[in-house]
Amino acid sequence: MSSQRYRLSGGTTIRTDTPLSFTFDGKSYHGYKGDTLASALIAAGVHLIGRSFKYHRPRGIMSAGSEEPNALVRVGTGAYAEPNLKATQVELYDGLIATSQNRFPSLKYDVGSINSVMSQFLPAGFYYKTFMWPASFWMTYEHFIRNAAGLGKVASDPIDPERYEKTHRHCEILIAGGGGAGLMAAYQAALSGQRVMLVDEQAEFGGWLLSDDAVKIDNMPAYDWVREMQSLLSNMDNVTLLPRTTMFGYGDHNYITLAERVTDHLSPRPSHLPRMRLWKVRVAQVILATGCIERPLVFGGNDLPGVMLASAVQSYITQYGALPGSRAIIVTNNDTAYQAALAFQNAGGFVRAIVDTRTTVKGAWVKAAKDAGIDILSGHGLTGAYGIHHVGRVEISPITADGREITGEAVHMDCDLVMMSGGLTPTVHLHSQARGKLVWDEKHLCFKPGATHEAEQSIGACNGSFALSSGLAEAIRAATKAVKSTGGTCTALSVPDVTALRINYAPMAYWKAPSQAGAGQGPKAFVDFQNDVTSADIQLAVREGYQSVEHVKRYTTTGMATDQGKTSNMNALGILADALGHEIPDVGTTTFRMPYTPTSMGMIAGRDIGGLFDAVRLTRMDSWHRAAGAKFEHVGQWMRAWYYRHDGETMEQAVTREVLAARTTAGLLDASTLGKIDVRGKDAATFLDRIYTNKFSSLAVGKCRYGLMLKDDGMVMDDGVTTRLADEHYHMTTTTGGAAGVLDWMEEWLQTEWPELDVFLTSVTEQWSVATLSGPHARAILEAADISVDLSDTAFPFMSMKQGYVSGLPARIFRISFTGELSYEINVPARYGVALWTALMKAGEAFGITPYGTEAMHVLRAEKGFIIVGQETDGTVTPLDLGMNWIVSKKKPDFIGKRALERTSMADPKRKQLVGLRTDNPDDVIPEGAHAVLDPNQPPPIDMLGHVTSSYASPNLGYSIAMALLKGGHKLIGETVWIPMLDGQKPIKAVVTDTVFYDAQGDRLNGTSSS
Amino acid sequence: MLQLPCPYCGPRDELEFSCGGEAHISRPLAHNKISDADFGEYLFLRDNPKGVFLERWRHASGCRRWFNVVRDTVSHDILEVYAMGRKPRSSAGKNAYNNSWRRTSAAEAAAVNK
Ligand SMILES: [Zn+2]
Repeated sequence: MSSQRYRLSGGTTIRTDTPLSFTFDGKSYHGYKGDTLASALIAAGVHLIGRSFKYHRPRGIMSAGSEEPNALVRVGTGAYAEPNLKATQVELYDGLIATSQNRFPSLKYDVGSINSVMSQFLPAGFYYKTFMWPASFWMTYEHFIRNAAGLGKVASDPIDPERYEKTHRHCEILIAGGGGAGLMAAYQAALSGQRVMLVDEQAEFGGWLLSDDAVKIDNMPAYDWVREMQSLLSNMDNVTLLPRTTMFGYGDHNYITLAERVTDHLSPRPSHLPRMRLWKVRVAQVILATGCIERPLVFGGNDLPGVMLASAVQSYITQYGALPGSRAIIVTNNDTAYQAALAFQNAGGFVRAIVDTRTTVKGAWVKAAKDAGIDILSGHGLTGAYGIHHVGRVEISPITADGREITGEAVHMDCDLVMMSGGLTPTVHLHSQARGKLVWDEKHLCFKPGATHEAEQSIGACNGSFALSSGLAEAIRAATKAVKSTGGTCTALSVPDVTALRINYAPMAYWKAPSQAGAGQGPKAFVDFQNDVTSADIQLAVREGYQSVEHVKRYTTTGMATDQGKTSNMNALGILADALGHEIPDVGTTTFRMPYTPTSMGMIAGRDIGGLFDAVRLTRMDSWHRAAGAKFEHVGQWMRAWYYRHDGETMEQAVTREVLAARTTAGLLDASTLGKIDVRGKDAATFLDRIYTNKFSSLAVGKCRYGLMLKDDGMVMDDGVTTRLADEHYHMTTTTGGAAGVLDWMEEWLQTEWPELDVFLTSVTEQWSVATLSGPHARAILEAADISVDLSDTAFPFMSMKQGYVSGLPARIFRISFTGELSYEINVPARYGVALWTALMKAGEAFGITPYGTEAMHVLRAEKGFIIVGQETDGTVTPLDLGMNWIVSKKKPDFIGKRALERTSMADPKRKQLVGLRTDNPDDVIPEGAHAVLDPNQPPPIDMLGHVTSSYASPNLGYSIAMALLKGGHKLIGETVWIPMLDGQKPIKAVVTDTVFYDAQGDRLNGTSSS
Repeated sequence: MLQLPCPYCGPRDELEFSCGGEAHISRPLAHNKISDADFGEYLFLRDNPKGVFLERWRHASGCRRWFNVVRDTVSHDILEVYAMGRKPRSSAGKNAYNNSWRRTSAAEAAAVNK
């Protein structure tokens, strides 16, 4: 058990009464409640946390927040493991197991770091240049690249055992960021009584105030003020406080997405709570108080463990009570690092020197440092940091006033900590996501929010107002303005008194340290730590002709890592502007996109996974099918019985048995899934005449007619049988998959094009259970089932409908046929589905009734040449292509698709037309989707005729049948075509035929008597 | 995600709606003979302006009714919603409607019984 050698007393968020234990790479450590994994490791003196992405360089902890580019770890084990978590954001809990990433075999001795030695061969754009040509080699390269690349490893178990939830909210005012400004704004806004939400990504509210021990607000330490504000807010019913919650997305019309980490910090995790919760909030007024991020300085070796942001060191000391080193060099181009230097010294560290790039240094903090006896080397830069797994020595050189040149010999100093400060960058990400503009702040050398697009305001450090007093003043102003614009009222509070030493936040422009070494020599100076992009890479990109920031970004990958360049973008821009000889605002910025920080996919999916991903629809007879051993297939959302497998049968045997039964005795199909739409109204007949290609106004009551629907481009969209129940009342059926689309389609025409028509459409698909009885014994079975209707041909002819009773169940019986056999579709109110089914099975037992599934249905209809929309058609097929000219009315003045069918191109003899194919070898079953050619031996490019849409072994015919869409197919009937096969198999020879293979005269529709 | 004011239900999230594309495309009647090219304009040509656009939307997971929207495709501002069969009344909507090339198209002329 390692001791906490670098643990200090105190720490604003540390609860020493709650010790916790955890492991990192298998070794046990201790920390306290309130620690992050990073602060606990620092307290234990552990600084080597991971290896970098490209060069596998040793990396430590650079920051104390969500901007951390280096310290990425995997937390948890097995299915619970999650990679690429920032150690600075992982709250410590008892029993936490963390492991380092990107290393093999161990963190200290990593084979991949050979990339670092090879790095002169891995410059910017290396992958683009090397693997660009020839394209066919990509397959080979990819294998190696994929093995070497990647960041962390996902859990081995594909099923995430965690539970995630989503919730929706509305509020008047949402404040993102609970630092000084955010708390102030929330309290001011909450006084109005409006619904206020305050979110902060950290475990505790307070932001930078948790790390600032030198400031007093209303004469109390900042942290006490934070607690007071928090207790005021938590007692207000109209306020929702969400710590551990990242506002990661800012969408149109103030649609805000929040990621709340609910139980990640708890051990054990209560089972009634989800791991994370996704909040979707529609907000009237957003206030952004997201603070700022300190910039690293760019010098050789700036990525070594032990090189940290000065502000982060201050946070570890003040907030977490952990000392990141014992001998520190501070390097800065601004005043803010002086406070960190003093915090380090006050905590017992030894400050070797403050290296300040500015020639003249002055002000309250400089004086305080001098008074504390700290050496200040002004007009100097840190020009190199050295060490193997940790910084051990730095090189300090005198520099020119503009910081570009070295003016003398370097001195070397040993140290175990470098605290760097390159100025502050406002966190404008959310403002940018909200399509706000940015403006250049020449004084502070940063972009800050300009004009807004959404209803949002930025306050405090994210607005470039770094001083606490101005942040608090802006908070009060912004909150009162937001309250007013949402119709509320509140009295503006007076700005609290802030007592602090004055800080000059303006940094010196110093984007990159000059180097004592020649070009290409010396340690690498990193700009983007996570993607391993150096200042030399950016300069190389410019030498190679890249000018646009967007291009340089993509070419070098700077700013494209999972941190979206939080610490690197400004430095990259500065270096790029220098290399181009432009000013930074002229170079421009790249666009920040959501998410602000990487967000768990599990949370985005929430509970909409597995069975809840999409609805599954079952027919009322489903349980019967399952009991009978049916295999199912998905048809849209429906589960349909595919075939019923008896013991010892293969699928092919089962389907053959079912197909033969339907033609020799009787088959029974569950057709409940067919779409059914009730069409009513004075203009129902007129409406159907416009929707279908053929006429329905002429249909007699009690009669059925097959209809084809086109889109207005003339292409087949759906088909089905529609029956006239009364003068102004029709019962329409659609394909199973097309039902919802057809209803919406007709509704659209009624509402948008023909609002004058008196028609009402109602989906009744789920109101009816349907059993289709088909085969020579169908009539006898219905009689045995005690049907109340006269089934004789004269009383109940083909394509008509009767209402009556079957086995005592009220039924609509449609004499229509999708098999070509004598066939009745019996519709009963849905709840009678099983009763009907079992009654028919019982009545049919003596006649050899056989339930059949959708596969047999497909074979049976293909034997008859009946199309299936979506199989024989694909949105490019007209009724003429299908050989169904007979169904296209010549008399109707108009219907949907009529004008389109008259286009000249529709008469093109090369259009693909539906034909039958009969293979030369009756046992050859052509794969569906296979292409046909006239000459299999022709040289490429081969002239493709078209493709096979349906293909089956036909048990009734004893040979294989297929349908195909072939160019000019109707003229090809009688010709031989070839279907080339994959993998060196011989092409299949087939002859083009008509699509009707079986009972072309249609005698069997009348049953045994006439067959 | 946009928030759209359904004229029948009030403001709702975009995901309750489906967008039906450009509004005010008149369907030429089949018996009013127009050329294939003119018919093709009705069938295939859709505007995609940067700025004010007249669109049809349907409150698919709500009242299922269609209505028209005047939307700025750059700012996503919803400038007006109005019922099917009506014309826009906002000045931005009126301008977009009156200045559309469709007002003088053969397809639109053929949309009424002659
Ligand atoms: Zn609605």
